[in-house]
Amino acid sequence: MVKQESESANRPDNTAFTQQRLPAWQPILSAGIVIPGFVLIGLAFIGIGVALLVTSRSIQVLELDYTGDSNGSPCSSCSQSDIANCKCSLNFTLTTLFQGPVFFYYGLSNYFQNYRRYGASKDDNQLYGDLSSFTSPSSSCSPYNYDSSKKPIVPCGSIANSMFNDTFTLTRTVSGTTNNVTLDGKGIAWWTDYNIKYRNPSVTPLKNAFNGTVKPINWAKPAYELDASDRSNNGFVNQDFLVWMRRAALPNFRKLYRRIDASGDYQKGLPAGNYTIDITYNYPVRAFNGAKKIVFSNVSWMGGSNEFLGIAYLVIGSLCVVMSVVMLIVYAKFKFPDEE
Amino acid sequence: MMRMCTSWTGRNAGLNVTWKVKANDRPYHQLPEFKKKVFLCIKKSKYSGNAIKTYKYNFLTFLPLNLYEQFRRVANVYFLALLILQIIPEISTLPWYTTLIPLVIVLGITAIKDLVDDLARHRMDNEINNRKSEVLLNGRFQEAKWREIQVGDVVRLKKNDFIPADLLLLSSSNPNSLCYVETAELDGETNLKFRMGLRVTDERLQEDHQLADFNALIECEEPNNRLDKFTGMMLWDRERYPLELDNMLLRGCKIRNTDWCHGLVIFAGGDTKIMKNGGKTRFKRTKIDELMNYMVYTIFALLILVSAGLAIGHTYWYEAIGTKAWYLFDGKDQTPGYRGFLSFWGYIIVLNTMVPISLYVSVEVIRLGQSKFINWDLQMYFAEKDTPAKARTTTLNEELGQIQYIFSDKTGTLTQNIMQFKKCTIAGLIKPFSILCQLVDWSWNRYADKKFQFIDHSLVAHVRSKKDKDAMEFFKLLSLCHTVMVEHKDDDLVYQAASPDEGALVTAARNFGYVFLSRTQDTMTIREMDQEMTYEMLALLDFNSDRKRMSIILKFPDGRIRLYCKGADTVIYERLSPSSKHKETTQTALDVFANETLRTLCLCYKDISAEEFEAWSRRHKEAQVTMNDREAALDAVYEQIENNLMLIGATAIEDKLQDGVPETIAKLAKADIKIWVLTGDKKETAENIGYSCSLLTDDMEIHYGDDVNEKLTRRQASRRDDPQAYRRGKKKTAEPFFPGSNKNALIITGGWLIDFVDMACECEAVICCRVTPKQKANVVSLVKKYKKAVTLSIGDGANDVNMIKTADIGVGISGQEGMQAVMSSDYAFAQFRYLQRLLLVHGRWSYIRMCKFLRFFFFKNFAFTLVHFWYSFFNGYSSQITFEDWFITLYNLAYSSLPVLLVGLLDQDVNDRLSLKFPKLYIPGQQGTLFNYKNFFISLFHGIFVSLIIFFIPYGAFLQTMGQDGEAPSDYQSFAVVAASSLIFIVNLQISLDTSYWTFVNCFAVLGSIAIYFGVMFDIHSAGIHVIFPSVFTFTGVASNALRQPYLWLTIILTVGISLLPVICIQFLSKTIWPSVGDKKYEMELKEDDDKKKPAPFQRGRRSRRSAYAFSHAQGYADLIASGQSFRRRPRAHGGPQESIREIPRREAENI
Repeated sequence: MVKQESESANRPDNTAFTQQRLPAWQPILSAGIVIPGFVLIGLAFIGIGVALLVTSRSIQVLELDYTGDSNGSPCSSCSQSDIANCKCSLNFTLTTLFQGPVFFYYGLSNYFQNYRRYGASKDDNQLYGDLSSFTSPSSSCSPYNYDSSKKPIVPCGSIANSMFNDTFTLTRTVSGTTNNVTLDGKGIAWWTDYNIKYRNPSVTPLKNAFNGTVKPINWAKPAYELDASDRSNNGFVNQDFLVWMRRAALPNFRKLYRRIDASGDYQKGLPAGNYTIDITYNYPVRAFNGAKKIVFSNVSWMGGSNEFLGIAYLVIGSLCVVMSVVMLIVYAKFKFPDEE
Repeated sequence: MMRMCTSWTGRNAGLNVTWKVKANDRPYHQLPEFKKKVFLCIKKSKYSGNAIKTYKYNFLTFLPLNLYEQFRRVANVYFLALLILQIIPEISTLPWYTTLIPLVIVLGITAIKDLVDDLARHRMDNEINNRKSEVLLNGRFQEAKWREIQVGDVVRLKKNDFIPADLLLLSSSNPNSLCYVETAELDGETNLKFRMGLRVTDERLQEDHQLADFNALIECEEPNNRLDKFTGMMLWDRERYPLELDNMLLRGCKIRNTDWCHGLVIFAGGDTKIMKNGGKTRFKRTKIDELMNYMVYTIFALLILVSAGLAIGHTYWYEAIGTKAWYLFDGKDQTPGYRGFLSFWGYIIVLNTMVPISLYVSVEVIRLGQSKFINWDLQMYFAEKDTPAKARTTTLNEELGQIQYIFSDKTGTLTQNIMQFKKCTIAGLIKPFSILCQLVDWSWNRYADKKFQFIDHSLVAHVRSKKDKDAMEFFKLLSLCHTVMVEHKDDDLVYQAASPDEGALVTAARNFGYVFLSRTQDTMTIREMDQEMTYEMLALLDFNSDRKRMSIILKFPDGRIRLYCKGADTVIYERLSPSSKHKETTQTALDVFANETLRTLCLCYKDISAEEFEAWSRRHKEAQVTMNDREAALDAVYEQIENNLMLIGATAIEDKLQDGVPETIAKLAKADIKIWVLTGDKKETAENIGYSCSLLTDDMEIHYGDDVNEKLTRRQASRRDDPQAYRRGKKKTAEPFFPGSNKNALIITGGWLIDFVDMACECEAVICCRVTPKQKANVVSLVKKYKKAVTLSIGDGANDVNMIKTADIGVGISGQEGMQAVMSSDYAFAQFRYLQRLLLVHGRWSYIRMCKFLRFFFFKNFAFTLVHFWYSFFNGYSSQITFEDWFITLYNLAYSSLPVLLVGLLDQDVNDRLSLKFPKLYIPGQQGTLFNYKNFFISLFHGIFVSLIIFFIPYGAFLQTMGQDGEAPSDYQSFAVVAASSLIFIVNLQISLDTSYWTFVNCFAVLGSIAIYFGVMFDIHSAGIHVIFPSVFTFTGVASNALRQPYLWLTIILTVGISLLPVICIQFLSKTIWPSVGDKKYEMELKEDDDKKKPAPFQRGRRSRRSAYAFSHAQGYADLIASGQSFRRRPRAHGGPQESIREIPRREAENI
């Protein structure tokens, strides 16, 4: 026995793997699978498409442009001047109830938050509360890392510097009296951004952490004073700041500004009536042919209104069904030519 | 003597005789006049030492040389350049480590592989260089290593020693300084050759002290690779002696049948003829490799074009929008043009994944795996010698699936080089009549060769009974009519035959009781059953290729004179006496033998009266002294006596083929592979083997070199007449050489090679005979060059090394004695028949797998990379990447490579049994239809399509939307995750569709890849890792935020659906409308097979009859026997009448 082993010392192992005989399934695209498969997938897609489209149609969206391009539009004067905190207001009327919960967005067009260098112009360590990055911001923030007197800018970089700084208040006029609609700014940013990704340095008061630094050039107030009403909404975890810092994927985008606080009259949403939005117009967009919008929308299980996906599902689903018929015909013709 | 020498110098006046060797004078060869410039001022003796060097690197040169070699690969340079680009911060759009880590891994793996290979070469060199030989130093012979031997040294070799260098034979233990050598390593012939020392050295250089005083000066040609030529001159004691190849012992040969011999080293080490014959070790690359390189160039071009386009886009965009967008201000005073320029480089980096570095690593991994499968294949394992198949080069596997031409050595590759006496016909009766499984017991015969196997007991009994006169005469003839030399060794007889055929016949006679005992110059002694007989040999009419027969005229002890003759049936039948019996029956027997591809010889005799012989003998002697055209004169004289012969019978010898050779060749031929046999053998032998291994079939028309010459001349003439037609393009004007659709076969000899490629390639089979190793290589390179075909060479001996190295793929037959062929081969296995499995199964699989792998690999990277391209239109052409950078780093590494790698390793469209059963399935590989530019562009367009879907479906979905909870999900990071997830699903499901052999491993890999993707993504997006590296992992929370939205899942599903459904649809339709080649062939083959099952009708074509008189290259030993040079008076080992009767020292040999 031993001798035999030594005689065939070089004998390869006889296993299914080494002999390439692993048990296997050799699938074939047979007509019996493909054609019914296409029909089923087609029907499923049509179903999804219909559901998406119906849902999307049921969502109410109100979009108001306030760029002020054209003379006569409410904000045209503001858009043409460089005055800080220029005020203008926008009126709109709801004839029916705007089903709640209602979300209040601002929208920018032709705005390239996805530009590479713009996107890289921030210091993640700084935004994570690393104090050493306060004193020497990353060079990726250049030219917004130091001001002209060589003082470090916090938060540094283009994104922070270009933070959207228009502010809005919404009022409703009911039989002559104007009352404010309460806007809720809590939790408009991602939970993870607020709790994990961005962090203030653990210095109290927060102001001290910013000693020796300057605010971004375009900002009116330093980061630690962004929200005077809520101390916890300051620094890098300010909700508006977080929303802005989450770069949009495409040049036309919306960002959540506020939620309509569902209390009192507004429990069910925005009731019918006349509304006014008072705008503090600061953010210049006309230079680059941009546009600014205010959008009210409610959401469904699929989010906001977008008919694209529903239509795409319907088209693809129908195509699947059509193709399954075509395949059936071709298959019949080529496999059973005698019967023709 | 002097006259001769002048004539010699006159003859060689034109030759460059500059190689001077002085015996026993080492310092002489270091003289300044023999120095040559090596490097700048450093000079070295032009005489090489005897150490050989085949390795490439040493300790110091390994790193620089290996890196240099590796950076000759375009891809590596490309990635290096990319790395440098990524280090420049201005344009670094991807972190530098995304390129550096893979590059280092790739270079490292390759370097380690090269190192291991080179170490093996070091070991091999060392082994050879440290072999021992006896060298004459300080007046006595001392043992020395081969590496220490120098030009001018005198060495002593013993029996069975390998010759360490090219030596001038000085003297040997045999009379006349005869020395037998086996040249198998040089030319593959196993029959012995003899070499002879000069008379003067033979006489004067026998003792050690004589050798020590030897101080001749040898002048000869510079080292060259001609194995068949050597001219030189020895100057000794003011006398000049001409030297020829016959005086030389060449390195690589083995001393046989000679107790000892002395030689003077003329060429050493790298100067020896065998080393000069060795082709350079070439870095072999496969067709696919080349194609892949071209495709990589195409991708480069595409990359540059796309990047340039996007850079221009960026320039315009920046001018139109960027300059006005205050928020994009970056403080740099750069013109839009310059920004465009930077963006160009940025895009080169971003889009570099179109040519992923992992492509090369993965290809290497797949090839390595396939090599392992070859090594592991039990069906290519030869149990008898415990030799598994071995893929020695791991980079050529898929080329095995594309072979168009096979060049095979004959001896040892197709045949076992064993001649066996199989059958005979005596007086018209075919023996053996019955086949018994029990071997004949030869114990009754003390001279019997134990290795001889014969299975017909009745014949033995028949012969032993002594009743059958014909049978007795038959074996007597076999024992007498030959030129075999005999040697008595320890009571055993050792026959030295000029050809194995002859050896087989004499051995057969010996075992049947007719033992050839000894010969002298003019007597032969045999033992007829139990009685020793000595015959006087009156004349020996030797074989040559025109005569195709040999005869011997003997005087019997009782005074009768009888001529025995054996030869090819064609020549014998012409010379038979009208009264000869058994003609018809023998004829039938010959046809039977021929049908069994046995080599036949007819045996006959003739009684000659004393007067008749006397008269003939006079004419013979006259002819022997004819000055001009002595050969023709002798032939004419022979002709006069070789007539009116009486037929005794015929022998049938089997040149034993290796197992399964005919089946293998038939199968390979069915796969449209053309097989050429290149052999050093004679035409007849080669043709014979061609028939027996079914390379040549009876329905083929054979064209010999001479007809071919005619055809070629005609072609050239017509070309001259019609020069314009020629210019129109070779292919069109070259009308077929052989009109008609007959199968053709071509047998050509060495000199006729160069112009024949076209013609030869028209033939089903080509046999090249009498080709030298160099010519073998030339044939291969000719076909490679002019036909652009993929070639495979298979051989077993050192004479095949050249062609093995030259061919695209070299295969060595392992388990034989010589290892040189195996050492220089790419694949080695023990039996020729494994070739069909190697090509039709492993080759085919490897090719299909590799093609599938490459097609998919290109696709998956196009689909992946071009998403960035589409995104560019929406981000100001700013070289913003679409995906997370970690995803880009890991995509090819972890998320998409395993399933496709497994397809490259395991996929089987049909199993091995079917691959072998339907050799036609091999043809797509030869035509390269599975991977070419068409497939490449299909992959490209498929990639473009999928990338388009991957970008624009999410784009449409993201354009205006918000999340379920009102937060805007239309941020860049969510977009990246959705696109990446879609891509992962598409790529993994697409490879699932392409997998035709689903094992649990594949299943595991596909599911695993998707799982790994999600696992890694959720990890990278987790809080924990962000806390540790806040600036490296910036996608915190994206996966969890995005992927809880049903809307985004619906987007992913739609994207995946649109990408895959059309592919399934198209595949189904094309499969229905145009069924694959494999399916069609399958059906056709089934029908064909049924047709072929009918047995072929018995054919009695004369053409198929093969003569065994295909003996050796040279004539037999007749001259040697006649000259008596090999016989000496020496103390008798055996008493009795073997005593050499006389020995006339006729030593004119070297004076002729």
